[in-house]
Amino acid sequence: MSDEMDMEEGGTIKKFMFVNRKAPYGTIYALESLEVVLISAAFEQDVSLAFIDDGVYQLMKNINTDGIEMKSFSKTYRALEGYDIEKLYVERESLEARGLSEDDLVVDVQVVGAAEMADLMNEQDVVLSF
Amino acid sequence: MLHIVNKSPSERNSVDTCLGHAKDGSAVLLIEDAVYAATAGNMSEAKVKAAMPNVKVYALGPDLAARGMSARVLDGVNVVDYGGFVDLVAEHSNCQSWL
Repeated sequence: MSDEMDMEEGGTIKKFMFVNRKAPYGTIYALESLEVVLISAAFEQDVSLAFIDDGVYQLMKNINTDGIEMKSFSKTYRALEGYDIEKLYVERESLEARGLSEDDLVVDVQVVGAAEMADLMNEQDVVLSF
Repeated sequence: MLHIVNKSPSERNSVDTCLGHAKDGSAVLLIEDAVYAATAGNMSEAKVKAAMPNVKVYALGPDLAARGMSARVLDGVNVVDYGGFVDLVAEHSNCQSWL
């Protein structure tokens, strides 16, 4: 009986990391990732987001999608804090390879090197790649 | 010939291969994720700049804006809108889309 109660209350909290490596709008990956991130937040999991390679482009400021008739999801990154998703890691090497810096990004993030990113990935229970 | 590329230079080699096959006097139009190739600090910057004396490089404005990249376009790249896209296709006798 007590086991069932635990299940109903949600039971284990796992560490989930969402690894984002695609530019936004050219493909659906960035938006799909955000959808799953929000779902995982609803299940009160320990969520972190990693932005590597072209994934860093997802966080650019000054995104205006009026001209391509697609809905912008830029504001959603700023709303993540409201869902207690505050662990956003951006890989330094990926920013530098694209001529970008932390100031170009729409949210506060932790900029980490590739080695630190590898450690963060290694300590997760579940890693989902987009 | 008009070459059209839509893939990010840091994910696929389409931009590289296209620039390697674009003959003098031809035009390259960067759309969708390929517009990153036309931005300052990108890893393709040197290759795009090296091609510019011989090849006209265009980038689609709405795709730059959608990616927050409008203010970072390289000097010498011509930004066009959808009307300009149509004009480019009409002006050239043939075109190739590098997927």
